[in-house]
Amino acid sequence: MIRIAGLRKSYGSTLIVDDVSLTLPAGGITAIIGPNGAGKSTLLGMISRLLPMDAGTVTVDGLDVTRTPSDVLAKRLAVLRQDNHIAARLTVRDLVAFGRYPHAKGRPTIADENKINEAIAFLDLGALEHRFLDELSGGQRQRAFVAMVLAQDTDYVLLDEPLNNLDLKHAARMMQLLRRAARELGKTIVIVLHDINFASVYADHIVCMQAGRVAHQGQPETIITPEVLSLVYQLPVRVELIDGQRISIYYQEDRTP
Amino acid sequence: MTSLRPRQVLLGLAGLALFSMVLFMVWNAKGAWDFVLPFRGRKLWGLLLCAWAIAVSTVLFQTVTGNRILTPAIMGFDALYQMVQTLFVFAFGGFAYLTLPAELRFLGNAVVMVGLSTLLFRWLFGRHGGSLHLLVLVGIVFGVLLRSLAGLMQRLINPNDFVVLQDAMFASFGAIAPTLLLISTIVLGLASLVILPLLPQLDVLLLGRTPAIGLGVNHKRTVSLVLGVVAVMVSVSTALVGPVLFFGLLAANLAYLIMPTHRHAAVLPAAALLAVIGLVAGQAVLEHGFGFDTALSIIIEFAGGLVFLILLLRGGNR
Repeated sequence: MIRIAGLRKSYGSTLIVDDVSLTLPAGGITAIIGPNGAGKSTLLGMISRLLPMDAGTVTVDGLDVTRTPSDVLAKRLAVLRQDNHIAARLTVRDLVAFGRYPHAKGRPTIADENKINEAIAFLDLGALEHRFLDELSGGQRQRAFVAMVLAQDTDYVLLDEPLNNLDLKHAARMMQLLRRAARELGKTIVIVLHDINFASVYADHIVCMQAGRVAHQGQPETIITPEVLSLVYQLPVRVELIDGQRISIYYQEDRTP
Repeated sequence: MTSLRPRQVLLGLAGLALFSMVLFMVWNAKGAWDFVLPFRGRKLWGLLLCAWAIAVSTVLFQTVTGNRILTPAIMGFDALYQMVQTLFVFAFGGFAYLTLPAELRFLGNAVVMVGLSTLLFRWLFGRHGGSLHLLVLVGIVFGVLLRSLAGLMQRLINPNDFVVLQDAMFASFGAIAPTLLLISTIVLGLASLVILPLLPQLDVLLLGRTPAIGLGVNHKRTVSLVLGVVAVMVSVSTALVGPVLFFGLLAANLAYLIMPTHRHAAVLPAAALLAVIGLVAGQAVLEHGFGFDTALSIIIEFAGGLVFLILLLRGGNR
């Protein structure tokens, strides 16, 4: 379980995350949604100790993320952010192998190699494993990074917009894969999403942020409603039930006179 | 197959390095061996120390800054060296500079340079949350400032002093005093020992700051430690032979090019061996093949500068 209490972060005089207190349940997929600049990525960065916080605490399974040694935390919690730029020339397999670093510390065992193979197979990267990252498309590279995070094999996996650059097939696959990892392996997945329909269909729990605060949270049925979404995104949103899935429609022109 | 190839490449490089060392020791050796061997051996040892310090410090610096174009020279190291020399000649005159014991001059240079660079790192990391780009930018500005100050003082001193100074500005791989070699060997050995347990962390640092923290590397501590080692290595090599910093770029990028792996345990020795081959074979050919003495640094800097320009142009295209 991830407990967040009184979390606050500002850059200069701009408050990015404003006194957020939140409990994210263990198990399942939690999606964080909200408009641009709502503080989603910053919140994720602070939960995963990548960004220092101005105030507040975050504990993961009782471990305070700012006090727990980084290498201990790396066996519990894996994180992937956006904009991963690497100066070195690495192959897909090299990159995925880095996911085992918290466990192997540079000396991979047979078990580590197996985990690497599994992660590569999971993300359908078998044909690409010896290609260099700079020879891949954005979506393929994104999948390689997700494979690295999965190879880390942690109870908690935090992903910041992992569907960026993915085509429809791979985006849907990625979400199915994450759901399988949550259901079958009991992992807790926290994911920042822009596409609210993916959140609606795949998430077990949705946190909706607005202007640095948690505006709403709960089951998808309570969040994916015209009232909540229209207010949070400042845009008329219709929600239709299609095959039992709540799908938001927001492509039409604003018809208000 | 993939696990064998780095070893094969390293063995090949080691063979070439050994060959250039033998070449350096025996080529054109006239007269008694018990004079030639110790005399050349001392020179060789100095070249080996420099090759190691320059190659390793450049690779380490490029890993922690996440780029493959910048070198410690960008941090204003050569400018710092020039400034320290100029200041000394300016204050005490060229005669005092020449008559000062070499050990004292070496220690003074090394201490001042390590001290100043550590101060710079400490200040930047403490205040600006460890932004490496800022660090490098400050290094550039700092270098220009020091170079201009040194230039001003060089115009103020008398021409005799200036000649003495000019001689100290270019790297020279001539014979180095035995005590200097001993001190440098010990210092470089200690600095390398610090790096040894950090090798796996260095590999992870290639991914950049955020992924490295995510994988459990104590980023701030590791980077400060590595930059400290870089400061020590560059200071020692600069104090030994003067500034040769494009050479590191040459050795490091050749190593990235020919090594089929990114692991530092393989790349660092490869870069060092390449540096040894370049320095030792180059010096042997120049001294005995062409019969002139001091131009190696100029040729090396010329080649290194070309590589720098090529890398810069290629990087711009991407």
